[in-house]
Amino acid sequence: MKKFLFIMDKPPHKGIELQEKLDVILTAAAFDQKVALLFLDDGVFQLKKGQQPEKQGLKETASIFNALNIYDVNDLYIEVDSLQERGLRPGDLSLPVKEFYRKDVNVLMAGYDIII
Amino acid sequence: MKYAIQINASPNSTNSGYCAYQFIKAALKMNHQVLRVFFYQEGIYHALKYSILPDDELQMTKKWSKLAKEQQIDLVVCISAAQRRGLLFDDEAKRQGKLDQDLAEGFRISGLGQLLEATLLADRFIEFG
Repeated sequence: MKKFLFIMDKPPHKGIELQEKLDVILTAAAFDQKVALLFLDDGVFQLKKGQQPEKQGLKETASIFNALNIYDVNDLYIEVDSLQERGLRPGDLSLPVKEFYRKDVNVLMAGYDIII
Repeated sequence: MKYAIQINASPNSTNSGYCAYQFIKAALKMNHQVLRVFFYQEGIYHALKYSILPDDELQMTKKWSKLAKEQQIDLVVCISAAQRRGLLFDDEAKRQGKLDQDLAEGFRISGLGQLLEATLLADRFIEFG
């Protein structure tokens, strides 16, 4: 088993990029690997509550994020600095996340085999 | 060392596919092993058989086909990424009544499981673009 850390750094509705990343995440989880997600930069918007991407012709991703715990993906980390820079608070997010400061992210990354 | 490679960018959106190609050539020259190259997201456009470019453009598809033939590299195009973008592989082309498929020589179509398998077998996994 390998430990995967997925870097979620892109805005949620930039085409189908996020959807396709979530497909890889679910596949890794289905292969019984240890999977964690780190939200940073504009990626922190991926978890913002109340999005309606359908109106822009895009599929919603909230239901996939909500289903992650069914796949035993429970390690969701967020870079607090990115969140604050965008005027967001943990309460604005749809899932509970563990907070990490930018200065500590390298320590978090060092604990994983594969960073995507 | 055993490498697994993923390519996410189309030939013209960034040059990361070409970087991957150069990396693979260099790795093979140094007697490393490249277990698989997985084309995902916009990367599937590297495998388009019928994208015929002017002669002075970078011919990525031809380069990959040649590399696959010479070095027996496993070039895998993600089936769901391909279907989303209209690249038709053998079965799907027949089902749609087309005369031919879109996949260039040396590439094969398969699923995300092939990507995961490669990351688990490799010593290093590198994602380009």
